[in-house]
Amino acid sequence: MLGWELPPHNSGGLGVACYQMSKALALQGADIDFVVPYRAKHPNINFMKIHSATPLSPLERYGLGTYDSKAVLHKLMTEADAKDLTDMRGVQKRYVQFVEQMVANKTPDAIHAHDWLTMEAGMRAKELSGAPLIVHVHATEFDRSGSELGNPLVHEIEYEGLMMADRIIAVSEITKNIIIQKYGIPESKIEVIYNAIDASEFNDGYVYDGRTYKYLEALKQEGYTIISTVTRFTIQKGLQHFIKAAARASEKYDKLAFLLAGDGEQRDELIALAAEYGISDKVFFTGFVRGKQWRDAYSVSDVFVMSSVSEPFGLTALEAAHHDNALIISRQSGVGEVLHSIFRYDFWDIDRLSDQIVGIAASKTLESALKENIKYEYARLSWTDVAHQCMRIYGLMKSGVAA
Amino acid sequence: MSKQGITLYLHVHQPFRVRQYSVFDTAVNHDYFDEQNWDTDRNNKKVFLKVADKSYRPMNALLEKLLAEHSEFKLSLSITGTFLEQAELWAPDVIESFQRLVATGRVEIVAETYYHSLAFFFSVTEFERQVEAHKQKIRELFGVETNVFRNTELAYNDDLAKWADVYGFKGILAEGWDPILEWRSPNYVYRPAGTTNIALLMKNYKMSDDLAFRFSNRDWSEWPLTADKYSEWANTSIYEQSIINLFMDYETFGEHQWADTGIFDFFETFVGDWLRSDQHTFYTVSGAIDAFEPQGEISMPNTVTWADSERDLTAWLGNNMQNELVRYIYSLEDDIIRTEDLSLIADWRKLQTSDHLYYVCTKWFTDGDVHAYFSPYESPYDAFLFVMNAVRDLRFRLHAYHRTGGLNG
Repeated sequence: MLGWELPPHNSGGLGVACYQMSKALALQGADIDFVVPYRAKHPNINFMKIHSATPLSPLERYGLGTYDSKAVLHKLMTEADAKDLTDMRGVQKRYVQFVEQMVANKTPDAIHAHDWLTMEAGMRAKELSGAPLIVHVHATEFDRSGSELGNPLVHEIEYEGLMMADRIIAVSEITKNIIIQKYGIPESKIEVIYNAIDASEFNDGYVYDGRTYKYLEALKQEGYTIISTVTRFTIQKGLQHFIKAAARASEKYDKLAFLLAGDGEQRDELIALAAEYGISDKVFFTGFVRGKQWRDAYSVSDVFVMSSVSEPFGLTALEAAHHDNALIISRQSGVGEVLHSIFRYDFWDIDRLSDQIVGIAASKTLESALKENIKYEYARLSWTDVAHQCMRIYGLMKSGVAA
Repeated sequence: MSKQGITLYLHVHQPFRVRQYSVFDTAVNHDYFDEQNWDTDRNNKKVFLKVADKSYRPMNALLEKLLAEHSEFKLSLSITGTFLEQAELWAPDVIESFQRLVATGRVEIVAETYYHSLAFFFSVTEFERQVEAHKQKIRELFGVETNVFRNTELAYNDDLAKWADVYGFKGILAEGWDPILEWRSPNYVYRPAGTTNIALLMKNYKMSDDLAFRFSNRDWSEWPLTADKYSEWANTSIYEQSIINLFMDYETFGEHQWADTGIFDFFETFVGDWLRSDQHTFYTVSGAIDAFEPQGEISMPNTVTWADSERDLTAWLGNNMQNELVRYIYSLEDDIIRTEDLSLIADWRKLQTSDHLYYVCTKWFTDGDVHAYFSPYESPYDAFLFVMNAVRDLRFRLHAYHRTGGLNG
């Protein structure tokens, strides 16, 4: 299994998905060697062997700007310097070399590579070992850049990886369609396997005590509805539209407050936008949140909005549902395909989003119906099912099972 | 015929900077101004002690010496309430040294808002409360009355002059900005348009900024500036005229221009050189107004400040974030005042200090000219969020009094 991050050293949903999937696979008997590009302890992982491709700390790896493809360079693998670990391409080259060594020592039954970050290593491993390559697409460059543009080198790596793959797993129909339409890959090669949520992960004795966001709790006492999102502040997440809808909703309904938990390159722009619309006092910026602050952000919230311009899946929506939120999800977010008791809107449709926000805030009945019903739906999505489907794919590729 | 004189006026100020006050502090901790970390310039005590050593102590010692040596040497000071509070807390000897200066009878204290605020533009009632609070503080510490007014950042317009006239001030200070003066010289006493009794003193910004901004600039064609050269410029500037109004931040001496630039020696020498002629003297701001009749009338319908090449308020009120903050802060006025909670009212007023708005200024940030931008925050956006959270906390505290009305968004 070739990945870029695992909890607790993850910056987003990719790490969580890899962790949950591997854990479920291990329970079903898979013997997994998981490669990450950094060196660190993973205290909760004993069901697989983790290999560190470089001596970087997780923090140094964050500094490479993994999810900000503008910062990712233009160097071809042949031009990259594996000794230069301050350079994203250098780190990727080192990662490839590490994987080359690995497969030389032990031929895997299958190679399961996650996203463009590890596709080059996956292709090289397939070339050297002859093992089947399964490319798992959590996000494409079209999603990350939020536009038709994006980094041409990343596009090319994705194209090659998808072409070379024996089988492709997409996390939603949206992603499958992008792979077909934008990369010209035959539909027959692609399967959709939705991510899931392991709600038992949340049963760690956590009790919401209402103390982290005390001001927001005070507002709730006053009858305010808290609308939140927990995300990276990048173009992909469509947050400018969210702020504009917040302003429009606030014109119609006074008792609204908006919690933007997270950080990212768009933060300053969003702060300025809220000021431009005169709603600075209604919009709360937390900065990057972890641990209790992160969970409490969900808990204090009544309505969770996923405003993404392009979201292959969107695990945070399920996390929010688990913490008793009503969900509003853009049609451009894959998680919406597997949920029904939600509001959907096109990411650019500010009027519709503001209507939905006001609608929920103004009707306690509607709010509790949405919160109740979504609980039955998200609980049906299980990582065990995901692992089953992966095992089936490995089985199709070859007899014997490993990843 | 009165002697030609220099009206030296120095502005003494320190704000209570807001710490990194987050969403998580809001409604929990009310200590917006108490940065614990000693390694940051958001720590008010640290900054105060540093500037006390570099500027307030050595400059006051020099001023005391010059007052003792030259009976003609005089000056005026405006000292904000927020400065005085900090000095009382952390450097009482600095207060005592200012008291000794004032006790000579040749150092005049200029009136202003206690909190170094722009309240005049948002609430005249609150503005007047702060002017009175400052007068009271000056009476308590120095035993003197103030007669001449300066507004924060020298922000001035005709309405302010009319207000000061009616309020009973004999003088008011403003920038001697060319588009206003046109062919006229700042080196005279003027009368503000629409007033009857009050006089206007206008900053000679060329001579002032030679010290305040350019003194140590090695790229300046006149560097190094010697006392000889500056005396020559002063003589040329004042030729057949009355006064040279040198208005600047007190911290020019020792903080903006460090001791090793030679600013202290320069100043001592220049004062001696200037007074060598018995036609020359120094005036306090009141003294200049007493010595000369207004030379004409000056009108400034639009607000002029002493800042930037634009001389306007855009450094404080130039973007949406700044306007949001003042809107939220001043909308709390009535509810805050009627609590009669002195600590809540004081915190609210400390947030009115113009420095907080200045830290949210983006006009240099976007130009990438961060060197022009003095701020203890990583970015104007950070500064904005911290102050915004503090404002929310004020609302939360208000709510405890009124149960309703104060807690918005």
